[in-house]
Amino acid sequence: MFVIHCPYCGKREQSEFKAGGEAHIVRPKQPTELSDDQWAEYLFMRKNIKGVQFERWVHAHGCRKWFNMVRDTSNDEIKAIYKMGEKPPRKL
Amino acid sequence: MTNNLRVKSSKFIDETYKISFKFNNKTYYGYKGDTLASALLANNIHLVGRSFKYHRPRGIMTAGSEEPNAIVQLHKNTSRTEPNVRATEIEIYEGLEASSQNCWPSVNFDLGGINNFLSPVLPAGFYYKTFMWPASFWEKYEYFIRKSAGLGKSPTEPDPDIYEHKYIHCDVLIIGAGISGIVAAKTSAKNGFKTLLVDEKPHLGGSTIYQNSEHFKINNQISSSWLEKEINEIKKIDNLEIKTRTSVAAFHGYNFLLARENLTDHLPLHQRNEKVRHRLLKIRAKKVISATGSLERPLVFDNNDRPGILLSSAIEKYSNLFGVACGQKNVLFTNNDSAYETAISLFQKGINVEAIIDNREEVDSKLVKEIEKNNIKIYKGYTVVNTFGYKKINKISIMQLSKDGQKVVGSKISIDCDCLGMSGGWTPAVHLFTQSGGKLKFRDDDQVFIPNKYPSDQISIGSCNGEFTLDEILTGISKKLKDFLNIKKTDYENLEIQSHFNKTKRNIWLLPSDKIIGKTKPFVDYQNDTTAKDIKLALREGFRSIEHVKRYTTTGMGTDQGKLGNMHALGIISETAGSRMGELGTTTFRPPYTPLTFGTIVGRNVGEYFDVFRKTPIHDWHVENKAKFENVGQWKRAWFYPKENESMHEAVQRESKAARDSAGILDASTLGKIDIQGTDASEFLNRVYTNAWSKLAIGKCRYGLMLNEDGMVYDDGVTTRLDENHYIMTTTTGGAATVLGKLEDYLQTEWPELDVYLTSVTDHYATISVCGPNSKKIVSKVIPEIDLSDEKFPHMSFKNAKIDKVKCRVMRISFTGEQSYEINVQANYGKSVWDKCMQAGKEFNITPYGTETMHLLRAEKGFIIVGQDTDATMTPIDLQMDWIISKKKYDFIGKRSLYRSDTIREDRKQLIGLVTENPKEVLEEGAQIVADANKSPVEMLGHITSSYYSPNLEKSIALGVVKGGKNMIGRKLIIPMENKQIKVTVTDPVFLDKENKRLNA
Ligand SMILES: [Zn+2]
Repeated sequence: MFVIHCPYCGKREQSEFKAGGEAHIVRPKQPTELSDDQWAEYLFMRKNIKGVQFERWVHAHGCRKWFNMVRDTSNDEIKAIYKMGEKPPRKL
Repeated sequence: MTNNLRVKSSKFIDETYKISFKFNNKTYYGYKGDTLASALLANNIHLVGRSFKYHRPRGIMTAGSEEPNAIVQLHKNTSRTEPNVRATEIEIYEGLEASSQNCWPSVNFDLGGINNFLSPVLPAGFYYKTFMWPASFWEKYEYFIRKSAGLGKSPTEPDPDIYEHKYIHCDVLIIGAGISGIVAAKTSAKNGFKTLLVDEKPHLGGSTIYQNSEHFKINNQISSSWLEKEINEIKKIDNLEIKTRTSVAAFHGYNFLLARENLTDHLPLHQRNEKVRHRLLKIRAKKVISATGSLERPLVFDNNDRPGILLSSAIEKYSNLFGVACGQKNVLFTNNDSAYETAISLFQKGINVEAIIDNREEVDSKLVKEIEKNNIKIYKGYTVVNTFGYKKINKISIMQLSKDGQKVVGSKISIDCDCLGMSGGWTPAVHLFTQSGGKLKFRDDDQVFIPNKYPSDQISIGSCNGEFTLDEILTGISKKLKDFLNIKKTDYENLEIQSHFNKTKRNIWLLPSDKIIGKTKPFVDYQNDTTAKDIKLALREGFRSIEHVKRYTTTGMGTDQGKLGNMHALGIISETAGSRMGELGTTTFRPPYTPLTFGTIVGRNVGEYFDVFRKTPIHDWHVENKAKFENVGQWKRAWFYPKENESMHEAVQRESKAARDSAGILDASTLGKIDIQGTDASEFLNRVYTNAWSKLAIGKCRYGLMLNEDGMVYDDGVTTRLDENHYIMTTTTGGAATVLGKLEDYLQTEWPELDVYLTSVTDHYATISVCGPNSKKIVSKVIPEIDLSDEKFPHMSFKNAKIDKVKCRVMRISFTGEQSYEINVQANYGKSVWDKCMQAGKEFNITPYGTETMHLLRAEKGFIIVGQDTDATMTPIDLQMDWIISKKKYDFIGKRSLYRSDTIREDRKQLIGLVTENPKEVLEEGAQIVADANKSPVEMLGHITSSYYSPNLEKSIALGVVKGGKNMIGRKLIIPMENKQIKVTVTDPVFLDKENKRLNA
C-alpha cells in the first residue's frame, strides 16, 4: 500500500485515495465536430503501460482534490506528484 | 506409551509442569515448552498424517513453520476446530486435542493408501487429464476425491474468539530474532530509533540460542551464552518493542507489512475467554531489516518421505531445545557440514549416531575430524538409494556416487536405523523480501538465491542474505547496520569469532539411483506428493516456464507453499532442460508467509460491525412501527410496514392503494443532496445534465438525467433553483457519493474556470414526502403559511417556509404520479415534522409506505429507476426519453456518444411496458423475453427489469428492455419459464395517468 503525498494535505495512506486513470487526456472542446473514430479515441483508448505512467488521483477521503501522479507501474514507485493544471516535471 | 525419548533436560522445557493432551483420541503427556511435534516425538510417535495424493504415511519432518507433513486438525467437531495446524508450531496446552487429517478411516489404516499402489497411473496432471472428461461425471469424481483427500475440515459454527487489528508506526522493524535480528535490534534501539522486533517463535535467539558447541564461539564464549546476555540487555531498552509468536504474513510496497500476533493459542482453553486471540498488526515502518533466517533443504532420493526422515537441523533442534531424541539409531545424510553439527550435538546428549552418509568425497573440517575421532562411520562419496519401513523407517541402502555424481556405482550397503536426518544445505528465507518487490540473484557457488535489489528502505542480514556461518554473519554486520541506519558506531565492531564450519558442498538436485526414475519416488513437494518424476514428465510434455510446471505438477501449491521443495523443483528443471537457474527465476512467493485464519483478517468486522450502516433521522419511528428494512447502499430503508399477519404482498398492495386513494407518507431522507453554488452554477448544470437549465426560474424544480461520457444513463433526480446562483440537486440514494465525485472531477479537471462549489448535504436534511389526493390538505395543516393552491404552488415548484419557527424547504414534486409534497427540514427536526404529518393526516388515513410501494407506484407511472431498469448500456433514447435531450445545447456530458454508430442502431434494447394475457399473473424480474420459444436456438430479445401486481390498475404490469422494442407496441411475446410459457403484450411503459391529471390535480 502506497504512501501518497497529497499536494494539499501531505503524506497519507493510499486507502484515502482513488485512482482516476490516465492523466493529460483533455476532453475535446467541440465533441460534435469529431468523427466517431476521433471521439472513440478520446473515450476508450488508454495506454496502460508497464513502466512510467502519468495518472490522475483524487484524495477522496480527504480534501477531495484531484492531482497528477507519475508512477512506475512495474514497481509502484511514485516519481512525482503535481497539481491539476501544472505541467509534469521535466526530470523524473 | 512406555517409549520415552526425553534425553538430558533442556532449559527451554519445564519438566515440573506436566501437560496432558490428546492425539487421535489417545492421551499423552508432554511438558510446558513443548510443541505438539516435540511432545509426540518424545512419545516415539512419528506417523502423524497421510499425504495428499498417494496417502503415504507421513511424519514430522521439520521443527518450524516450513513443515509440509505434520499438519493436524485441532478440537474436531467444536466451534474452535481448526484445520491445517502445523504440529511443529502449536505449543501444547492442557486440554489440547489434535487429530490426523487427510486419512480415512484412520491414520494407521487408510483406504486412500491404495493410491500409492496405483501411482504409476497417477502422474502429474492426472486430475486435469482424467477427471475433466466426461464433464458430466465431475460431480461423481468430486465426491470421491473430496472424501478420500482434502486438507482438514473447516468449522461449521461461528468462531467464538475475538480478533482485532492494530496499526503500528515505527522507525525500524526487524523481522526475525535470531542472532542477526538481536544484534540489529539492539543497535537500532540504542541509537534512538523506535524499534519493533518480531519473531514467529515463542522464544528469542533463533537457532543460535540452543547452540552448545565449543566449535562456535563469540568473544571466547559459547555462541548461545553470548547471545543470551545480548537478549537480556535488549529487554531493558525502552524504545524497543519485542513481539514473539508474531509472524509477518505480508511485506507490501512502501514498507507496509501485515503480521499476526498470536496471543492465546498456547493457553489452556479455559484461560482464553474474553481475550483477544490474534491481533493483525498493520505495520508502517520507515526502515525494515529482514533477518528471517534460512531453511534447511531436504535431499531428493527414492522414498525420501517416510516417517522418521527429518531435516538434520530439526533433529538437532529437538535434541538441544526440547531435549527429545528423534530416534535411537540415527543416521545422517548430507552434502555439507551441517549434519556434522547435528551429529556432535546428538553425541553430546548421549544420543546414538550410527553413521553419516556424505555426498562429498573429500571432507576434512574440524567438525568432520571430531566425528571421526568418536568412531562414527562416515561414508564419503556415498548416497542413499532407498529407504524401508512402511509406517516408520527401519533401514536404508546406500551406494557410492560416480565421479560426476550422475550415477551410483559398486554394491549396495544396508544400514539399520530408526531415524534419518537429511541436510541438503540451506535456502535463504527470501519470501518476504520478494513479496516487497525485491529482486533476487543466483549465487552459483552454493546454489542459492539471495537478495539483490531492494525496492524500499530495507536490508536483509544474516542467513536470509546468504551469510550462513557465524563468522560470515557477524563480521560484516556492524558496517551494514552503520550504513543502513546512518550511525557512527555499534557494539559489534571487533568481535572475536571462532567458527569451524567448512563451506564446501556437493549439490546434486536429484540424487541418482540404481533404479530407473520411473520406478522411484523421490519426493520434491511432500504435501502435494510431487516427485522428481512428475517434474520431468511436465518438461517432456512441453512445459518450460517454472510457473507452468508449478501449476501442472502442483509443486509448491500446498499450505506450506513449497518452502522445502521449490529449490529442488527449479534445480531439476534447470538440469533437465539445460537452462541456468538464475535465468529460470523463482515462482512468485505470495502472502501470507504462513496461513492466517479468516478471523484474523476480518478482525472486529463481524456481526453488526460487518459494515457500517446509515439510519435516517426517522429510523426509530420505522422500527417502532414494525417496518421491515432493506439495504440500499449503506442505508437501512423502510421496505414495507406489515400490519398483523400481513404478508409483504398484502402490505404493499394496501400501502399502494392508500397512497392513490387518499394519502401516503414516505421517508425520502436517503436521497442524495448536493448543494450547488456559484456564478456559473446554471452553466455547470447545462453541462452535466442532458436538458437545459439556464431558463429555469428561481423557485422552480426540474427533473434531470445525467449521462456518462459514453452516453449511458448514470443517475437522475430533481434539481431545484433556490436562488440566482444556488441550486439543490437530488441524486439516487445509491448514487450520491459517486455523482458528487464525478461532478468534482469535471469541475476540477475539465472546467476549472467555472465558479461553482459543490457540498454534500445528504445528511443535513430529513426529507418527508406526502403524496395522494389528500396530500394538499395534510400539508396545509402542517404548514399553514403556504398557499398550496395549484395556481400559487403548481407541480415542479418550490417554497421556503417555517414550521413552528423551524425553516423548511417544500417542493411540489412527484415520483409516484400523485400530487405530492416533499418537505426538507434540518435533520434533527425530521422526526417531529414526520409526527406532525402523521397527526395531520390521521383523518385521511395517511399511510406510511416503504421502498417497495414507492417502486410499485412509480412503475405504474412508467418512471424508471436507474440501476434497476437501466444498466450501463442504456441511453436516454433507449429509455424512450428523447424529450429530455436538449436539441439546442452545444454540448453536455455524453452528448457526442448519443449518435455513435452503435448508439443509433434501431435494434438496441429499448424500454417498453408489458402486460400479461392473464392479468393475475405476475412476471419474474430478470426473466427472458422471446418471440418464439420453440425455435432453436431461442433468440433472446431482452429481459424484464421491473414487475408488480398493480392494485390500482387491478392487473399485472412490468417494465422490460427489448431489442427494437420501441416499434413493437402491441406485439405478442413470450416469457419462457421453467414449466410454462407466459404470453405478454408489449405496451407503452406508462400504465397510469398518461395525461398527468393526478399530478396537477
Ligand atoms: Zn488532500
